Amino acid sequence: MNQWKNFSKGFIKDNPVFVLLLGLCPTLAVTSSAINGLGMGLATTFVLVCSNMVVSLIKNLIPDKVRIPSFIVIIASFVTIVELIMEGFVPALFEALGIFIPLIVVNCIVLGRAEGFASKQSFISSLIDGLGMGLGFAFALTLLGAVREALGNGSIFGYKFIEGDAILVFILSPGAFIVLGYLIALLNRFKKAT
Amino acid sequence: MEYLIIIISAIFVSNIVLAQYLGICPFLGVSGKVSTSVGMSGAVLFVMTIATIVTWLIQTYILEPFGITFLQTISFILVIASLVQMVEIILKKISPPLYQALGIFLPLITTNCAVLGVALLTVSRNYNLMEGVVFAVASAFGFGLAMLLFAGIREHLDLMDVPKGMRGVPIALVTAGILALAFMGFIGLV
Repeated sequence: MNQWKNFSKGFIKDNPVFVLLLGLCPTLAVTSSAINGLGMGLATTFVLVCSNMVVSLIKNLIPDKVRIPSFIVIIASFVTIVELIMEGFVPALFEALGIFIPLIVVNCIVLGRAEGFASKQSFISSLIDGLGMGLGFAFALTLLGAVREALGNGSIFGYKFIEGDAILVFILSPGAFIVLGYLIALLNRFKKAT
Repeated sequence: MEYLIIIISAIFVSNIVLAQYLGICPFLGVSGKVSTSVGMSGAVLFVMTIATIVTWLIQTYILEPFGITFLQTISFILVIASLVQMVEIILKKISPPLYQALGIFLPLITTNCAVLGVALLTVSRNYNLMEGVVFAVASAFGFGLAMLLFAGIREHLDLMDVPKGMRGVPIALVTAGILALAFMGFIGLV
């Protein structure tokens, strides 16, 4: 497969959030601001790339019957690494993301790529696939976070452009569902047009 | 009294799906029909309660005394994964129709963040074992309540004339948003 296509499919065509609808829990939970969305997206990207690489390297060593538990252990190890790194270097972000950092381990997109892609493909393809999918996920989270932050707080990446109060409900839980719903509808509309 | 507060807050005030965003995948995936959502909620109730008990014991008697709490994520997920396997085997024997109906979503309980989420929350809130169990059961009921309400609404949505671009997932998400808005009315209850 063309490697560029392999990389870029994660952004629009097979975007994990907008099209595949995988990993929605962290998507909805941490995107109350753009910076949180970006941080979560990058943490997931790291786990996705590393687990994809390792899975594609050892795919022939794992017996078929225990492959899912083995994948989960691989993923959980990388999540623990991310957890420790984030706690050490970006404690504020670690606090803000809270329980959703360990929950990367149950993010369907990571296991989905390990099982659906890396366990069948070569090392390089898996690496690129992980990077593309991860960045597509980060892109979706940042976009969602930016929209919610703009509507709910009048700011983007902490830079305030509206004085005073905004529509607070968009950074609370109902706003997450509604904004994501409309973003997907918008994307469907664009895909029809092309 | 304490237990009552835990129950009310887990079911209504900070509902696990609509306020804490845990377990969204099955929430959107199997909520098409009321009957399958009941089965799914039952499976979650069972797995969540046992998982919370086992992970609490592991945390208190193994991880903390030996100072290896950094292994929390790995050990918890392994416990949950094996529990799900067990439930799958039992269901296959006892109730094949239910097993067929739940299909792919049963193994997906492993990657249902609600189960791991509740186990982690129980530990991080320093609940004792009894409080943890009450919290897990109440959370599972909260999950079931949200699923049932949502499935009921979606069955009606099928008959509605929804604008083209909004059909399917977008309208479901907007519906969930409005449901979450309704649940916000419970804030201040506890």
